[in-house]
Amino acid sequence: MTHDITLSKPDGPTAAGRGPGGSAPGPRRVRKRPPGRRGPAWTPWLYLAPALVVLAALLAYPIYQLGLISFLEYTQAQVSGGEPTTFKGFGNYAELFRDEQFWQVLTATVVFAAACVISTLAVGCALAVLLTRIRAVPRLILMMASLGAWATPAITGSTVWMFLFDQDFGPVNKLLGLGDHSWTYDRYSAFALVLFEVVWCSFPFVMVTVYAGIRAVPSEVLEAASLDGASQWRIWRSVLAPMLRPILVVVTIQSIIWDFKVFTQIYVMTGGGGIAGQNLVLNVYAYQKAFASSQYSLGAAIGIVMLLILLAVTLVYLRLLRRQGEEL
Amino acid sequence: MVRRPWRLAAELAALVIAVVVAFPLYWMVLSAFKPAGEIESTNPRPWTLSPSLDSFRRLFQQEEFGRYFLNSVVVAVSVVLISSVIAFLAATAVTRFKFKFRTTLLIMFLIAQMVPMEALAIPLFFQMRDLGQLNTLGALILPHIAFSLPFAIWMLRGFVKAVPEALEEAAALDGASRTRFLWQILFPLVFPGLVATSVFSFISAWNDFLFAKSFIISDTSQSTLPMALLVFFKPDENDWGGIMAASTVMTIPVLIFFVLVQRRLVSGLGGAVKD
Repeated sequence: MTHDITLSKPDGPTAAGRGPGGSAPGPRRVRKRPPGRRGPAWTPWLYLAPALVVLAALLAYPIYQLGLISFLEYTQAQVSGGEPTTFKGFGNYAELFRDEQFWQVLTATVVFAAACVISTLAVGCALAVLLTRIRAVPRLILMMASLGAWATPAITGSTVWMFLFDQDFGPVNKLLGLGDHSWTYDRYSAFALVLFEVVWCSFPFVMVTVYAGIRAVPSEVLEAASLDGASQWRIWRSVLAPMLRPILVVVTIQSIIWDFKVFTQIYVMTGGGGIAGQNLVLNVYAYQKAFASSQYSLGAAIGIVMLLILLAVTLVYLRLLRRQGEEL
Repeated sequence: MVRRPWRLAAELAALVIAVVVAFPLYWMVLSAFKPAGEIESTNPRPWTLSPSLDSFRRLFQQEEFGRYFLNSVVVAVSVVLISSVIAFLAATAVTRFKFKFRTTLLIMFLIAQMVPMEALAIPLFFQMRDLGQLNTLGALILPHIAFSLPFAIWMLRGFVKAVPEALEEAAALDGASRTRFLWQILFPLVFPGLVATSVFSFISAWNDFLFAKSFIISDTSQSTLPMALLVFFKPDENDWGGIMAASTVMTIPVLIFFVLVQRRLVSGLGGAVKD
């Protein structure tokens, strides 16, 4: 019954301003399509097969193995076959959680990632707004400079920033009159140096994406608001911010994921984690444990801890998407 | 509209910021061309009076440098081509079909994006060893395909969605088979999206430092560019000229790629997030 009513309305309930997915409540309209178009039910699985095979073999299976190794006694002796592999249960995790250094590295990782995310978003958003206020030529220049920073591979970006801040030959110390101050000697200034590089190469993604988002807001909406006497701040807060929210969520989550996983920059710029490991983050810590000291099971346990933290972030992200009514 | 003096101030600020942002790249290229004596000056100048190719010469004297470069290109191009095609098929499946477990799959792709590849270096190392891929380019290509797929699928979804379904129906009425529609109509239409996603897979493969370091252990002829760069790091004194020359050579292909796809990248990101 209700079905017929919906069908007879030309536009259906989607016109109420919901997303293009049309996730409005109420019965769905029945789509007419030529008979036989859908093909057999397994067609989508045929298209998905290559992706699923690759992901199962090179992502899902390694994750399973990572979990497995984290429960085993697995060091160089077991890898070379000298000693039998034994099951340790949560032993590795217990060892890890008892280790003071682990908690120190975990805290450093969270604080460092948060600082990177906040700085990247602040710089990226501010410059995106700036881009909308200027004429084409300066805009193109700033855009090109940023694309250059974005395109720079992490490893070369790291070496260049190291060189810029080099205690003997770098121009930065000269410019600031710091003499032969070493940026990597102190824990906090070493983290700060890595943060500069991370923000430099990741703000362009935020800037370009947010800029694209602002440009997608119809200019009539903004004009109407300013005709109604709204101040710039009011327009930003009440008109732009709500429309940009989905984009801001995407770039925030993406930044969290990337910055939480920073590896190359720390590894290269602080020489594998800084003096006495003062600049370790979880990713580098796991790598050092596994490959430098052959404690594969401890490295795997750290990896699993990271996975769980990132999984938690993902779940928050999914909830945010759901609340915005986005249809997956 | 913004009033004139403010706009001029904003433009000036933009130019200053552009200079700051571009400076590291300028310094990299400049230092690569500085003669040996000048780069070790404790009073660095932002120009050079006698540009020299010494650093580049030292770079290419490294026996395998050309080989490393080629390896990097092979790895990055293979990853881009293979993951683009696989992601295109998968994105089509999840946007144009309704089937059981579709949402579950999408959530799994999203979660897959979060997986830190550094953590997986441990199991992947054993897996590549068992597959006999250690010390081959396969050990670098295969994992990167897997790591770039989830993001590529997620991003392409918006582009495939944007193609009207009516087009597919029209194509069917004209007697086009599904395969033909897929490759001759849909593929060209979402090509801009593929370009945008390929930027991300290219960068991730080209940047790879960890896998090259961990999986290519004995046969250095299978190594890639980052390893050529590390040669210039020495315990006593880094050869900055060599490092900057290697960095320049490693950055330029990505820069060219970016400039080529720049327009599509910007509009592509807009398209992907508007969704």
